[in-house]
Amino acid sequence: MKRALYLLPVAIFAAMALLFVKGLTMDPKAIPSVLIDRPVPEMALPPLPGRGEDTGLATRDLKGRVSLVNIYGSWCIACVQEHPYLMEYSKSGIVPIHGIDWRDDPVQGAAWLKKHGDPYDRVGVDPAPGRAAVDFGVTGAPESFIVDKNGIIRYKHIGPISPEVWNKTLLPIIRELQK
Amino acid sequence: MTRKQRRLYFVLLGLATLGVAVALVLTAISDSLVYFYSPTDIVTQRLPEGRRMRVGGLVEAESLKKDGKTVTFKVTDVTNAIPVSYTGMLPDLFREGQGVVVEGRMEKDGVFQASEVLAKHDENYMPKEVADALKKSGQWNDGKQTHPSQPQ
Amino acid sequence: MIAEIGHFALILALCVAMVQAVVPLMGARRGQASWMAVAEPASALQFLFIAVAFAALTNAYVTSDFSVMNVAQNSHTEKPMLYKVAGVWGNHEGSLLLWITILALFGFAVTLFGRNLPIGLKCRALAVQAMIAVGFLLFILLTSNPFARLEPPPLDGSGLNPMLQDPGLAFHPPFLYLGYVGFSMAFSFAIAALLEGRVDAAWARWVRPWTLAAWVFLTGGIILGSWWAYYTLGWGGWWFWDPVENASFMPWLAGTALLHSAIVVEKRDALKSWTILLAIVAFGFSLLGTFLVRSGVLTSVHAFATDPARGVFILLLLVLAVGGSFMLYAMRAPAMKMGGLFAPLSREGSLLLNNVLLSTGAATVLLGTLYPLIADALNLGKVTVGPPFFNSVFLPLMAPMAAMMAVGPMMAWKRGDLAGVLGRLKFVAAIALGAGLLVWFLQGGSAGPWWTGAGFALAVWLGLGTLVDLAERIGLIDAPAEALGRAARLPRSTWGMVLAHFGVAVFIIGLTASAAWTEERIQTQKIGETVMVGGYGVTLKAVNDVPGPNYMAHRATFEISRNGKVIDVMEPEKRVYRQPPRPITTAAIRSGIIGDLYVVIGDPDPAKDGHVTRLYFNPCIPWLWAGAGLLILGGTISLLDRRHRVGAPTRAHARGRRARA
Repeated sequence: MKRALYLLPVAIFAAMALLFVKGLTMDPKAIPSVLIDRPVPEMALPPLPGRGEDTGLATRDLKGRVSLVNIYGSWCIACVQEHPYLMEYSKSGIVPIHGIDWRDDPVQGAAWLKKHGDPYDRVGVDPAPGRAAVDFGVTGAPESFIVDKNGIIRYKHIGPISPEVWNKTLLPIIRELQK
Repeated sequence: MTRKQRRLYFVLLGLATLGVAVALVLTAISDSLVYFYSPTDIVTQRLPEGRRMRVGGLVEAESLKKDGKTVTFKVTDVTNAIPVSYTGMLPDLFREGQGVVVEGRMEKDGVFQASEVLAKHDENYMPKEVADALKKSGQWNDGKQTHPSQPQ
Repeated sequence: MIAEIGHFALILALCVAMVQAVVPLMGARRGQASWMAVAEPASALQFLFIAVAFAALTNAYVTSDFSVMNVAQNSHTEKPMLYKVAGVWGNHEGSLLLWITILALFGFAVTLFGRNLPIGLKCRALAVQAMIAVGFLLFILLTSNPFARLEPPPLDGSGLNPMLQDPGLAFHPPFLYLGYVGFSMAFSFAIAALLEGRVDAAWARWVRPWTLAAWVFLTGGIILGSWWAYYTLGWGGWWFWDPVENASFMPWLAGTALLHSAIVVEKRDALKSWTILLAIVAFGFSLLGTFLVRSGVLTSVHAFATDPARGVFILLLLVLAVGGSFMLYAMRAPAMKMGGLFAPLSREGSLLLNNVLLSTGAATVLLGTLYPLIADALNLGKVTVGPPFFNSVFLPLMAPMAAMMAVGPMMAWKRGDLAGVLGRLKFVAAIALGAGLLVWFLQGGSAGPWWTGAGFALAVWLGLGTLVDLAERIGLIDAPAEALGRAARLPRSTWGMVLAHFGVAVFIIGLTASAAWTEERIQTQKIGETVMVGGYGVTLKAVNDVPGPNYMAHRATFEISRNGKVIDVMEPEKRVYRQPPRPITTAAIRSGIIGDLYVVIGDPDPAKDGHVTRLYFNPCIPWLWAGAGLLILGGTISLLDRRHRVGAPTRAHARGRRARA
């Protein structure tokens, strides 16, 4: 009886420890933690149909130079709004812009680009439920991520890109990372 | 007091305190638990009206309207959105398209009356409940062909 | 290069700690003096290496060496020097390095001050201390290396979270860690005692000052955090029962209990195995806090960037340290010589009651903190346990304790006279009752909450009761002429106790008043418009843009008037920091004994051509800080008591003093 009393702390603690183990497993890495200042997650997204063999987006494609990764989808209305600007910035050649066609039908995603223009260097398809984008830390579309030369995500912009956002926020960061 | 009596006293003291604590916990916990729901839960389930709860999701784009000290906005989990009304100052990090948790009550008119709006200190924050809810709603959409209206 | 030296020093420290964890323990077991003698130099060497590592990281921050990833992520050239230094511990990796630095410092302190400790106890405690160090050094080196390089280095860093660029928060973590890690001393000595199978008064005399020091730091750390939350979060609250706050409050409760139970061990040679258990629990709560804050198992309003991989590692540490200790406790404690039972109505009896209530309180806080996790694990839905739970469970447990605090110290050891003590306190009781009723009438009876009168009565009872106890001890009534002399001769630990208990009374007043009578006014205010709050007229005069060193501020100017006379100008700000770009609200606070006028400027409201402003009158908030200040002062004075002096457990005052020099 008395010995059992002394075992009580171990017993309570064991129950707590089990709870914590459960708690940690309930919190898998896949939850959309925004990976600012973390490396781009491991991914190898297939290309859009009709856009060529090696035009998908993989982790290694984001290393070596500063790049902008833009999340879009053919269903996304605000993406149309930012698209002309992306076309413009893509032509300027300041930074390669890659796309992730998120939670979308690849055929529709490709058609959308034909209609509105294709600013992207590489486009990876990430159909629903959009695992790769979730790993990226995407919470909606459009969103844009600046990735540095080492493949580390440096900045995340939520919402459409406007000239103001580009000139005041994104461009200075890109320029600084390119130095 | 004999040794036996003293021991009995200490055992009783311990048990009595424990008993009081358990009683306090039991009476308090049902009243002060605030359950967390996603907007989809609120739309699809019949939840007890007037109960204090938390709703988490993203602040829907262009849904924020200010009228003096009262603000209204919509909280969405990508599948469903519910209107929220809040009187007071929004946290510094409150943004459209960002994760948010509101605490308050669902009113009869279908507007969630928030008494607290929580955005995290870290701007890159997404509350765990929100993340889970979004994840859930993502899975939920899998079988359907409809495209959800996305934030922003 | 310097960063690599730091990294290398950490690896060396790990090697030393490994030796220190094993060799002295085996030596103590076999009775080999030469093996036991390893502990002391090892602890010095370990501290040296870790200090080098800490200095290396500090150097990287001070010189803005952005080739170190940690610096690039958390610092910026534009940042003021104070926050460059504070940036060292303003992130996960650096704060762990601070943690381990303090741990090594405490270990080294055992060597430095513990010359007259029994060698067996000392080297076992140092070995346990080293085991904790090994765990945390591995944690740093394997998952959270603060010296990782970034190639090529960015031109400038991404900046420290502006929330952290604040004096209150800059010093909050070091104090907190001094408290958390300080409990490791009691823990190590508890484990050493279990290994030796003996606890005596000398053990308690050694453990008490360290526990007290840790408790003082922890109190300071918690209150700094609370103060910071009060003036920066911009909604006038100071305690939110947030998991992160609870994580620091639970070790505080256990530490407070330990502080009091160690007295019983020292004076009466009783409550031994309970005290050992408390020592393990207090440090266990510290580790638990670290785990909860960094693993992301709980949702908190403010938390470190969380990483499940790190969570697994800390959980492992937690299981090994706490689970292992409890196991050892279950095996060894029953065999330890019991202290014997004492009379319930006595000083030790009341100290035991204090312990029972404090531990039950800590347990309810633990339950409330973990409940969301429990509910989630059992699929009961996602819940938050709000402040109402803690207020309606924790406070009713603490109220009788506060009431007891006036009575306990007046009881004699061994056999107290409860009726006699209550008789001596009958005037105090009458005054307290009167004060409670007065407060009740002043707030307009049931116009305010029912518990305000009770809170004030409790505070007056405790405050006056403590003063009566002091007056009796110095014979103020019986022999007033000698009172001053006696007061001077009163042991410092008694003064410490009186101050701390009085501080609790002051704190209760702040707690009650601020919870009951806070006034809040939220509105759109035009320039020139006046709003009344707490009897003050608050007029918005202007809103200007003012540049700061690394931010741009919208600064509002308010004119404060009372009875039509302008008495002050207050200037709250809303700052937008440049790097990282983040807005921060800075409230303006005008403190007085009655309460604080608290003014916050919000966004402009173009529709009504004004600004949203939030004005608060927070009654008696300074009483909270004053109460906490008295707790810290009391603890510090008590630490200065000759009998508490570290390293002087027995007759050897002279030797102890030399050891300290």
